[in-house]
Amino acid sequence: MSGLDKRTWFVLVLLAGLAVLPLIATATGNEFQIGQFRRILIFAIAAVSLDLILGYGGMVSLGHAAFFGVGAYVVAILNWHADREVPLFGMMLGTQNVLATWTAAVVVSAGLAFLIGLVSLRTTGIFFIMITLAFAQMVYFFFVSLRAYGGDDGLRFPGDTVVLGVIDTENDTAFYYLVLGVLCATLYLCRRLVNSRFGMVVQGCRENERRMRALGYPTYLYKLAAFTLAGGIAGLAGALFAAHESYISPSIMHWTRSGDLIVMVVLGGMGTLIGPVAGAVAFLFLEKTLPDYTEHWMIVFGPILLLVVLFARRGIFGWFLPPEERDRHGH
Amino acid sequence: MATDALLSVKGLVKKFGGLTATDGVDLDVAEGEIHAIIGPNGAGKTTLIAQLAGELAPNAGTIAFAGRDVTAMPVYDRARRGIARSYQITQVFKGFTALDNVAMAVQAQAGHSFRFWRPARDDRELREPARAILARVGLDARADVPAAALAHGEQRQLEIAMALATQPRLLLLDEPMAGMGKEESERMTRLLAKLKGEETILLIEHDMDVVFALADRITVLVYGRAIATGTPDAIRANADVRAAYLGDGDA
Repeated sequence: MSGLDKRTWFVLVLLAGLAVLPLIATATGNEFQIGQFRRILIFAIAAVSLDLILGYGGMVSLGHAAFFGVGAYVVAILNWHADREVPLFGMMLGTQNVLATWTAAVVVSAGLAFLIGLVSLRTTGIFFIMITLAFAQMVYFFFVSLRAYGGDDGLRFPGDTVVLGVIDTENDTAFYYLVLGVLCATLYLCRRLVNSRFGMVVQGCRENERRMRALGYPTYLYKLAAFTLAGGIAGLAGALFAAHESYISPSIMHWTRSGDLIVMVVLGGMGTLIGPVAGAVAFLFLEKTLPDYTEHWMIVFGPILLLVVLFARRGIFGWFLPPEERDRHGH
Repeated sequence: MATDALLSVKGLVKKFGGLTATDGVDLDVAEGEIHAIIGPNGAGKTTLIAQLAGELAPNAGTIAFAGRDVTAMPVYDRARRGIARSYQITQVFKGFTALDNVAMAVQAQAGHSFRFWRPARDDRELREPARAILARVGLDARADVPAAALAHGEQRQLEIAMALATQPRLLLLDEPMAGMGKEESERMTRLLAKLKGEETILLIEHDMDVVFALADRITVLVYGRAIATGTPDAIRANADVRAAYLGDGDA
């Protein structure tokens, strides 16, 4: 019918749908929902970053929310210091400059991912799952005990920031499109990445790490690089989340949040990048709407998840692929 | 022989608890030869290969490769210096096409892979050598088939192709014909015969006809010890070998 294959159609339709969502909401008098949609996009960015290591690298990290949370906290803390004019580390380091705070969020999250990866990636399989979980919980409890920044209760900070002198995060629609832009950029960069030489090595590690080493690849280094990168992107998503909420609490990096991210990736289709975006949309939509029908919504949600995992090997995205491509990796 | 050997193993010992799987093995592989290792099941052949490749650390002894002690060197470093291997149980990237598999091996020798932008599948520097090597092992018509969909024998050929693609100085082939049908074995034998003289090969194989037809030298391993090394004729005539392994008149 046309020169575009089903995969491209899926990407275009999904992104176009997300692009017109605020227009529909405005036209139907539901502007208040734009913030909800934006929240979904922010988690979609985090899910895409997890897909990089989970779907492409075969690294089942149960601690990804830690990087997301730390990114958010970096922005929150810097803002809070700037607002209260309290010195940080003995200097006036606080700032509300978005370029500075978001960059700091990415750098700190990537640094944390590097350190956690340094230890965790010496293990594989169930040990890797457990050790990433343990590290993430350490980070979680660190922020719970950080009384100066609200501890358990979280931290509220003034959120009216202006990005690049153009986009006011107080403007729901403008901020929505900024997040959508970041998501599209993330998808594009990750697409380049997974198809590059580096991406092939990461996928090779998922397929058969022993073989990779025997071919001459120091697999640990490549996995560590991928893990660090994914942590940095999750940190960026966290920074957007902080700006979105103007409030941050440790619950955002609880291990169940890491589990949610895994569910989004699996639900949407591991190792597809665009799949986890659909996964995030579906997950957060169901999480929002199912409780309206029954307070025992988990009983409905669980089986839905199971069915998707059992019958759609590449998740939601897999339904849109021709059968012979559903099991294939690396595209 | 010992001084100019490409691979020189001295006094290699590997113990698993009370079991000595490699028991003071000395072994030299000369440049350009096919050196076969034979021995009954449990003789420690695969354990030996794993130590040569660097996947297992020996308890004692040294491994020198191209004049350099590699005993403590990790697998990937040895691979980069030219030790390539195939596995008894096929180890390919099942989700990748045959061509992707070989290109992955070519890429391993093409400098570091911290290259994040250009699509590797459009990279002629990787794809063209990979195609040439697939042709060399006779898999060129199957280049775009996912490895998982290849026949068992084809997967084994693919393993050899991957090993060749790393431009090795020494090929460690662990039972390349394991689990193959007659026709597949014949194809593999022809492939190995083609490689003879071009590559240095350390070959583990159970098929005695193949071993005696292809090998320049043979080492016999029994209970982790190398009991004899020599030309196929010398091994065939060796009384110890006949008693320990070949069985009377069976060879």
